[in-house]
Amino acid sequence: MNATLHRIAILIRKELIAILKDPRSRLVLIMPVVLQSLLFGYAATFDLNEVPYALLDTDRSNASTQFVTLLDGSGVFDRVANLSSAQQIGETIGKKRALIVIHLPADFERNIVSGRGGVVQVIADGRNSNTGNVAASYVTAAVDRFNSQWNELRGGPTPALRIETRAWYNPNLETRWAMIPSLIGALSMLQVLMLSALSVAREREQGTFDQLLVTPLRPTEIMVGKAVPPILIGLVQSSIIFLIARFWFGIPFQGSLFTLYSGLLLFTTAAVGIGLALSAFSKTMQQAMLYTFVLLMPMMLLSGLTSAISNMPSAMQYLTYANPLRYAIDLVRRVYLEGASFGYLLHDMWPLVIIALVTLPAAVWLFRHRLV
Amino acid sequence: MSDVHTSRLSWRRLRALTLKETRQLLRDKSNLMVGLFLPFVLILVFGYGLSFDIKNAPVAIVSQDTSPTAQDVVAGFYLSPYFTVTRLHSMEEAQRLMRAGEVEAIVYLQSDFSRRLAASDATIQVLVNGVDANRARVLEGFAQGAIAQWSNKRAVSGASIAPAPAVRLETRLWFNEANTSTHFLVPGLIVLIMTLNGALLTSLVMAREWERGTLESLFVTPINTGELIASKLIPYFGVGLAGLTMCLLAGKFMFFVPIRGSLLLIVLISMLYLLVSLSLGLLISAATKNQFLASQIALITSFLPALMLSGFIFDLRSVPAIVRAISTVLPPTYYVEALQTLFLAGNVPGLLIKDTAVLLTAAVVLFVLIRINTRKQLV
Amino acid sequence: MNAADDFIVRGDNLTKRFERQKLDTITALDRVSFGARPGALTALVGPDGAGKTTLLRLAAGLMRADEGSLTVLGLDAAKQPQAIQDRISYMPQRFGLYEDLSVQENLDLYADLHGVTPEQRAERYPRLMEMTALAPFLDRLAGKLSGGMKQKLGLACTLVRSPELLLLDEPTVGVDPLSRRELWDIVSGLVENEGLSVIVSTSYMDEAERCAHVVVLHEGHVLASGTPQELMSRASGHSFLAMSQRGTPARKLQADLIDRPDVIDAVPHGGQVRVVLGDREPLSLQDVTFEPTSPILEDSLMMLLRHKTDEQPAANAALELTRKDSLDHSEVVIEVHDLVRKFGDFTAVNRTSFEVKRGEVFGLLGPNGAGKTTTFRMLCGLLPATSGTLKVAGADLRRARAEARQNIGYVAQKFSLYGDISVLENLQFFAGAYGLRNSRAAQRIEWALDNFELKQRASSTAGSLPGGFQRRLAMAAALLHEPAIVFLDEPTSGADPLARREFWRRIGSLADHGTTIVVTTHFMEEAEYCDRIMIQDAGTMLAIGTPEEVRRQAGSGGEPAHSMEDAFIGIVEQGRERAQRQEHAA
Repeated sequence: MNATLHRIAILIRKELIAILKDPRSRLVLIMPVVLQSLLFGYAATFDLNEVPYALLDTDRSNASTQFVTLLDGSGVFDRVANLSSAQQIGETIGKKRALIVIHLPADFERNIVSGRGGVVQVIADGRNSNTGNVAASYVTAAVDRFNSQWNELRGGPTPALRIETRAWYNPNLETRWAMIPSLIGALSMLQVLMLSALSVAREREQGTFDQLLVTPLRPTEIMVGKAVPPILIGLVQSSIIFLIARFWFGIPFQGSLFTLYSGLLLFTTAAVGIGLALSAFSKTMQQAMLYTFVLLMPMMLLSGLTSAISNMPSAMQYLTYANPLRYAIDLVRRVYLEGASFGYLLHDMWPLVIIALVTLPAAVWLFRHRLV
Repeated sequence: MSDVHTSRLSWRRLRALTLKETRQLLRDKSNLMVGLFLPFVLILVFGYGLSFDIKNAPVAIVSQDTSPTAQDVVAGFYLSPYFTVTRLHSMEEAQRLMRAGEVEAIVYLQSDFSRRLAASDATIQVLVNGVDANRARVLEGFAQGAIAQWSNKRAVSGASIAPAPAVRLETRLWFNEANTSTHFLVPGLIVLIMTLNGALLTSLVMAREWERGTLESLFVTPINTGELIASKLIPYFGVGLAGLTMCLLAGKFMFFVPIRGSLLLIVLISMLYLLVSLSLGLLISAATKNQFLASQIALITSFLPALMLSGFIFDLRSVPAIVRAISTVLPPTYYVEALQTLFLAGNVPGLLIKDTAVLLTAAVVLFVLIRINTRKQLV
Repeated sequence: MNAADDFIVRGDNLTKRFERQKLDTITALDRVSFGARPGALTALVGPDGAGKTTLLRLAAGLMRADEGSLTVLGLDAAKQPQAIQDRISYMPQRFGLYEDLSVQENLDLYADLHGVTPEQRAERYPRLMEMTALAPFLDRLAGKLSGGMKQKLGLACTLVRSPELLLLDEPTVGVDPLSRRELWDIVSGLVENEGLSVIVSTSYMDEAERCAHVVVLHEGHVLASGTPQELMSRASGHSFLAMSQRGTPARKLQADLIDRPDVIDAVPHGGQVRVVLGDREPLSLQDVTFEPTSPILEDSLMMLLRHKTDEQPAANAALELTRKDSLDHSEVVIEVHDLVRKFGDFTAVNRTSFEVKRGEVFGLLGPNGAGKTTTFRMLCGLLPATSGTLKVAGADLRRARAEARQNIGYVAQKFSLYGDISVLENLQFFAGAYGLRNSRAAQRIEWALDNFELKQRASSTAGSLPGGFQRRLAMAAALLHEPAIVFLDEPTSGADPLARREFWRRIGSLADHGTTIVVTTHFMEEAEYCDRIMIQDAGTMLAIGTPEEVRRQAGSGGEPAHSMEDAFIGIVEQGRERAQRQEHAA
């Protein structure tokens, strides 16, 4: 037992030296993580800070002016053009000069006053329907505000029913709050998978794997020695992103560090397991890299990072059960934002354990039985 | 005399090198996996897996009021296609489910709901899990919609709850009337696949020759660098076109994405972008001479920006100026814009000319950089 | 043509430096002047790091000299590299075959690149096939060829057209004597029949002897140059054949002689020891007779190096070994019985049986692709046997507990330590992997650094070391845990004569202390260092016994074969004829 531990420790030390010795590779492990979490932290948001709109006010009444003042005062809507006819709408949207066109028809005020209700027409650019929808929802909010102002001003009856909405965990509904903690898992997985996938393939290609196999190191010991360094590196990368989320973006951390790191440890181990199994299976480094990539892409996309898993058809949802990132993103978001405790996260943890328990022994078996 | 035949391109040599490159490409299964199988998987993932359209969100309704009025409100949620309703009787229970992640929203009606409604002082509480803010906002809207529908029905039967709104909103989503995310995801998918084929596969190709020492013997032949570069671009260009064809067919016949612009323009601008992306990969490869480093750089400089910074999923209008500045120098940004326009809006000359010009410039700059970085010299 | 144009390649005061790390420049060539004549073979010889490869790369236009001028085919190599590349052929040390292309496709690629017309191919290809015997393998992927066949294919690709100048960088490294002979026949045929000009770098002196002109390089300087005869005359009178009157084996006598300061060189040769002495007088040693013999080129090279460096070839190479087992030389430590290994329907090793006793030096010889490496990998437990039994130190390593591997050390054919970490870190890792700890580990690492002269380089990354240091490091790492049995797969391939002497001196001292050595080699004279050898071809065992017995087996009329190389070629050719006859009969 003692001898085993000693041999594993020696292998871990060698792996770490090999990975970290070259300043270039140290840089490759740290810089992209920092840059990407900053870049994507800012870029990956569905919230619109400004909605460039073009106004087509054919009414030119008090009511329409009041509505436009309300829009322009909101701080979100940015009027980029005043249109004079409906013919101009096509070009304005088509050339992306404005995201939406707000059209106040000629009978706008008349209909309000008569009680039939005025109509605000919104034409949104649907090339990215998501953005279009968000912009439209902002106009909805503006219309609601206009209605209640109008109602108050005229001393109309108060509504019998109020709907009170409250968002848990993310009171201001900022997309960034979900995105950045997700990066804690997603970004570190990228390199952890690559590192572990290359580790055995590189040794095979360079002939050092034979040298390793003739030492008293057992395949299981080799596996552990090969698994620990990428796990450590993955956890360091996760920690860097965590710090950026917490202190740069100031997203409050609600959970316990212990729970977070337990989950991350399981996740990284499962990811390394997949990497090592791929690595032991590959003949060359090139194969290892490309196979990893083929796997990585769907894993990123089907993880809930950019679009929720519950929106997917059920067949796709079953596929995501084999994806460690799916559990990691759920787990990190829930620990980080919701402060979920250990007990609530077991359903994210045991699948990770199972993935690791399948892939790591598979790697061990392949070490000895894959003949090159 | 010797200089005469050194600079001239020889079709025979180019053909020989291209043939060699094609054979190597076809022989390594992992290349084909990335070049052809991965696009296929991505088409499925994008077409069926990625969706921003909410369906069947689990929601808990807590209603302690057993009156028919309250039942009516609850029934409205059951009818909505957006929700899968769990009926509960205590708020504690609902909050526990929310914490466990089993429901995404709670709709709460107090026990005196119908009594207070009669007194014009009723409240319905909607609590949503705000972690995924975008989803939360949409869910909120749907919940309000379900309630509004109920109140409209009531208004028709004479029991108005709210004053008629002064202003109504009519929204039309141009270019995507069906309001499905697939329509903008498929053009984005083409961008991803073109980037992938180009940058990732070619980033390995020159580095591999350096690592395996095959260039030393190749250099001492009459080949010139132009032939060497072209021979590496041609086969992967073919793979890229195969990927493009797959995507276009899938877009048209599997996902019924409209193609409102010219198909020819789509193909031409895709070829141009493919050239940009292949050149970027080759440049990385020639500059690093190391497969691992090259693939990492390709991943970071081409693939991830194409996914995250091109405006394909996340709109560029909301990002800080510096990030936007970065995205304006990235070729995928223009390709995304051109493709989304050609698919969904049609031929919009002003936009397309700008996009083409930017991509063309990028191709020329990259090509010059490759020439500078590929010399027939060791060290 | 004027007199200056009488050279096809002419270098004047060539200097080339490499910046390795910051502030660390190596001068690969230091004001080197040389010339190569058209229509003749010119050899570049010299130990590792002499600058042979750099010189050839300069001539091929792949690098530019920092100073001096180099004219190739009348063109300035610095200014018109492409014009030169259009007219020459160059075979680098590691020829860049595309391993995922077939033999035919590799040939066609180079034929196309050089613009060889179909008519020319029809004439050329059959000759290349005849010369290289690659015809049966045209559809095989180049990556699946054995080392020697790859080398021959590399040469064939280089020779798809007749260049005006052929540059060969150590073309026969890792090539067996049979293929080596064939390769040289091809090259000399081209020189004689087509008047080709060739510059070849080599570490085999018998190859250099076949050249018209020899340039001896050492650490970037020209040490001497001239015809082989001119160079050999320097050693005339210094060469002797020594023999023990008491029947001491040649290997032991060689070890004693080479340690003496008045001996410049000693190698076992045909049961005797070939000695180069500092004086022209034989030594007066008890029970040893010295007979004058005609010098060979290697003798003069060793003299030149001795004068230059004032160092003995294998000085201090004998290892300090502390462990003295109670030596029972009759104990069998490796037992192989009816060993078979098949890959699909290809039989790599066919019914092989042999035994190795403790403290023996056992040599495994055979042409490329004979199954030596496969046998090795099975013995080390890296590959399961298809059938048959094998025991190494009483266990089958494939199945035994991991601790059983403590008994063996393994040095692979290709340098296979970690290139990206330092020498010291490599040693620390392998010490740890073999369970050495703390002071014991420190002590063994110290021993390795001392005995293999690696101290100066301890902090350099292993990958950046010159070949000779890498070989020493690999061997040091395999010996850290003092294994009872050491396997070495072509440990001297590509090594210069000095390094080979050192290596065998170390092996000798290991064997004397009870370590069993199993070694493969392509240098047939090195088989003389072994106690017993086995010759394999096409997976089949052809001969086994002491070098003397094997030479006898190959000889005719009771006379043993003159040299080990002759014996080897004889036995392999006999074996192949026999196999062909059996095939015909069946």
